[in-house]
Amino acid sequence: MSERVAVRKTYKLFIGGKFPRSESGRSYLVQDSNVSLASRKDARDAVVAARAAVKGWAGATAYNRGQILYRVAEMLEGRREQFVGLGVPADEVDAATDRWVWYAGWSDKLPQVYGGANPVAGPYFNLSSPEPTGVVAVVAPETPALLGLVSVIAPAIVTGNTVVVAASPSAPLAAVTLAEVLATSDLPGGVVNILTGRLSETVPTLAAHMDVNAIDLTGVTDPEVAADLEVKAAENLKRVLRPVPTDHDWSADPGLTRMTALLETKTVWHPKGA
Amino acid sequence: MTATATSARSDLSELGRSETALRTFLHGLPGVDQVGAEQRAAQLGTRSIKTTAKAQAIDLAISMVDLTTLEGADTPGKVRALAAKALRPDPADPSCPHVGAVCVYPSMVPHVADVLRGSAVHLASVATSFPSGQAPLEIKLADTRAAVEAGADEIDMVINRGAFLAGRYSEVYDEIVATKQACGDAHLKVILETGELATYDNVRRASWLAMLAGGDFIKTSTGKVPVAATLPVTLVMLEAVRDFRAATGRQVGVKPAGGIRTTKDAIKYLVMVNEVVGPDWLHPDWFRFGASSLLNDLLMQRTKLTTGVYAGPDYFTLD
Repeated sequence: MSERVAVRKTYKLFIGGKFPRSESGRSYLVQDSNVSLASRKDARDAVVAARAAVKGWAGATAYNRGQILYRVAEMLEGRREQFVGLGVPADEVDAATDRWVWYAGWSDKLPQVYGGANPVAGPYFNLSSPEPTGVVAVVAPETPALLGLVSVIAPAIVTGNTVVVAASPSAPLAAVTLAEVLATSDLPGGVVNILTGRLSETVPTLAAHMDVNAIDLTGVTDPEVAADLEVKAAENLKRVLRPVPTDHDWSADPGLTRMTALLETKTVWHPKGA
Repeated sequence: MTATATSARSDLSELGRSETALRTFLHGLPGVDQVGAEQRAAQLGTRSIKTTAKAQAIDLAISMVDLTTLEGADTPGKVRALAAKALRPDPADPSCPHVGAVCVYPSMVPHVADVLRGSAVHLASVATSFPSGQAPLEIKLADTRAAVEAGADEIDMVINRGAFLAGRYSEVYDEIVATKQACGDAHLKVILETGELATYDNVRRASWLAMLAGGDFIKTSTGKVPVAATLPVTLVMLEAVRDFRAATGRQVGVKPAGGIRTTKDAIKYLVMVNEVVGPDWLHPDWFRFGASSLLNDLLMQRTKLTTGVYAGPDYFTLD
């Protein structure tokens, strides 16, 4: 009897809840695995998927979004060994799992911390509440492969945004494996879309795209590239998160700024009568 | 002109005089190879149209759009806005062509006519108890005359599908002839409602019937039933207008309507027109798209080509 041949995995993109190959048909080698090399058209398709998901995700209750983020943590915990096998340190997987739980807890608390009643001179209740910005393009940090990625995705989606993430070109296996976690976590298709490949192909397209509402440049290391992307983003007044230093400590308390930077404020005046 | 062609032409014009002759002719048309038609349509849909060819296709498609609103909730204000958009689809770019026509219900025709007066954009009105066509003939004809008098220069009529499916071809034929007379100088588009005809053979028969009766255009659908225009159905209709011109010398236009929402879809149709009937039909006089949301997608793709940046729906009108 012949020996069994191992089934090798092709690491594909994650768009609209599905795992398509790049429309360009290209791939590149990372750690002896084939990884899809996304083109600008894949970026376009990902934005379409992200836009289609906004209504349902932003319209879901904060409680429901929190449950789903917690579910992601559960699924990630179950795949701990798989990430370790990909070379992600065990304590980083644990920190990433904990980060999902931390952000899950914020889903129905952020509106109380960041919104509230405003005292006004008139017979009105005046209430401000945070609203998601919409479609957010995210450049994930080069390292740490998993914790860095989770630390940029979770704060964007917990408030109801949908994201198109350009994964770290040198560490895409953890990103695609995280996509498998997301795909089995009740997260609606299109809320998170992950592109692997060269940042120079996908990110300028996302920065200039008129149907993207914000861009997080965290993983951009070259200041000139970052400046150019900011100029592109200015065309439709995208919210921009500037790059973080490469020595940034991702295991530290993330604070609220990543969540609050991707929010709009809705203020309503409600007459209260006599 | 050869003797056979001449006799074929006179034979065809005699067909409407008897139910038997009409039935014999329509049922004598060759059957449609369903698998073959679907495969051919799918294959033509895989052509890659890029850069300058794409720019040309988009402008052609814009000029072929029958910008349509057929809702119970249509108001004079809404149709006026739509007509203004038809004249100048992209206000930011004067080089953008105007659309082929505006298509509305008869009661909205006067409002649109005010806006379109003096322009090259046609004014189409649905008539004959659109979309069901289930009304007495006098009412359908009055509907048509009213639309023409109000200023419509194109009439989109629906055929009597009930009569067609029951095999009463003469009745359908006579209704089309009568509506054509009621149209006067206005162009007559005959809606076959292919989603209700069940088979491609029926689509081919209905196409011939509509052309024999004098229709200037054959149109797939009302947009009011679940199955609207599809590529294979349009392929069958294009073959019918091609064969009809070969037999009679008269050219008839084709209008797929309903369900065409993206530039990619529109370009697939244009490729099919070019491959099946040739460039003679690649003109707004001979091919139209019945659509509403398609125009915004065409404009977004056009903007992408001119600016190099993907456009978003926030920057185009909702209609």
